[in-house]
Amino acid sequence: MTVTPSTAPHLGEVIVEARGIEKYFGTNHVLRGIDLDVRRREAVMIIGRSGSGKTTLIRCLNFLEEPTVGSVEIDGMRVDADPLHAGTREREELIRQIRLRAGMLFQEFNLFPHMSVLANCIEAPVRVRGIPEAEATSLAEKLLEKVGLIEKRDEFPARLSGGQKQRAAIARAMCMEPKVLMFDEPTSALDPELVGEVLTVMEELAHEGTTMIVVTHEMHFAREAADTVIYMDEGQIIEAGPPEQVLGEPADERTQHFLRRFLNSFPDRQGAIPER
Amino acid sequence: MIIADAPRPPVALDQIAASVVRARRSFRTRAVATWALLIGLLVAGLWATGNIDTEFIGVWGPWVVGGAGLTVFVSAVSIVFATLLALAGAMGRLSRNPYVNGVASLYVSLVRGTPLIVQIYFIYLALPQVGIVLAAIPAGIIALSFNYGAYMTEIFRAGIQAVPRGQREAAESLGMTERMVMRRIVLPQAFRIVIPAIGNDFIAMLKDSSLVSILAVEELLFRAQLVGRQNFRSLETLLIAAAIYWVLTMVFSYFQERLERRMARGDR
Repeated sequence: MTVTPSTAPHLGEVIVEARGIEKYFGTNHVLRGIDLDVRRREAVMIIGRSGSGKTTLIRCLNFLEEPTVGSVEIDGMRVDADPLHAGTREREELIRQIRLRAGMLFQEFNLFPHMSVLANCIEAPVRVRGIPEAEATSLAEKLLEKVGLIEKRDEFPARLSGGQKQRAAIARAMCMEPKVLMFDEPTSALDPELVGEVLTVMEELAHEGTTMIVVTHEMHFAREAADTVIYMDEGQIIEAGPPEQVLGEPADERTQHFLRRFLNSFPDRQGAIPER
Repeated sequence: MIIADAPRPPVALDQIAASVVRARRSFRTRAVATWALLIGLLVAGLWATGNIDTEFIGVWGPWVVGGAGLTVFVSAVSIVFATLLALAGAMGRLSRNPYVNGVASLYVSLVRGTPLIVQIYFIYLALPQVGIVLAAIPAGIIALSFNYGAYMTEIFRAGIQAVPRGQREAAESLGMTERMVMRRIVLPQAFRIVIPAIGNDFIAMLKDSSLVSILAVEELLFRAQLVGRQNFRSLETLLIAAAIYWVLTMVFSYFQERLERRMARGDR
């Protein structure tokens, strides 16, 4: 199924365009022809069973996994899948250009343990983009303030809770001023009581018009913050549309089945966003 | 549901805790006492043979002990060079370039597949035949560096591979080049992982450095066996040398243990 771009009026032009993505792990066919458009200021949430390929998809979008076939274009930079030439210098450079446009957040946060929170944030802006340290620091401080971690700027990651780590990782990714933020199950490794603080930050970003693609199991969050919800199963996009539609009145039987089973097993996941 | 409302025995928890501590302490005391007893017996036994020449020890002992300076010097310089070689070797072993990879794995295989003493002789005695003449101390240092560099290559490789994959992925996702990822993110973390192993190798190196005595480098063992043979007093001089090696390794082990404990406190 081809996902037509959401037509909501507040969204801008198409900024992420994936075409014909196929991915094999050995003989295992994990992604089966994914087309995806994401528009500026759009928040896209990808849901689905584990093993449905949603994490692989998001990792293919910034080439942490090389797609077997297909192409990804982010903000005018297009890279075609070319698994035979993976690792050559020219290709690494192309992929790097994609990654400069797409920030990535991980389930395990992956803060650099040997650097303070602030150093985590300014490392790439200074070394990769060549921004003067003072300038990078002031941007980092602004973003740490935003995610509520300014008083932790000199702490090392080991001293932070999981929720704080993920918020610091969000600030770090935003310090590169990417065109789109991609989240791979950002709250799955968190203790339940820490999920809310991360989702709150993400919801705020979504409402401010940050373009984001989120792989998540937090249905309530998806309902609140998504412009578009995508349901994936067996490496394909089964259903896509506004949250009211996909989560409220899913058209496809598989989506209905998933939602029914999911909500039965994790009733608490519905209310993960705390009252503010 | 009532689980256990039965009256508890009157033994206070802190008494149990205290007796656990006492038991542990008394174990330590007895282990140390065993050391003292055995060493005492050994010394007394040697003394009882009446063959220990204290006057000789008084005259030559300090000179033999003085060789320890060169032992430590050779080991310390060699461990630095070995570390640099190992770093390059590990990068080679992990390289995707088949030629670089081949050079590195041949180095490791060749050096690990031949005895250290052969390598020492080779550098000192065989190389002059092709015009490369080295003094004894540099030859010894080169041999030790090459040898330990090969073993440590494998340690470094394992250390680099032990850095979680997510670290590399996060760095790459921030647009860092492969070089930057290695230098700024992976290596600093790998170093912390391998420091205990480097410490072990340094201690092993302290002892293996005795092999360069065959090049007449005047380190601890060379001095010990020189005066020992000349005076038929090898018992005394070798005992001195052995004791010094032992003390050196214990001192470095102590520092290594402290370093490890300090690092363990730091992260994660």
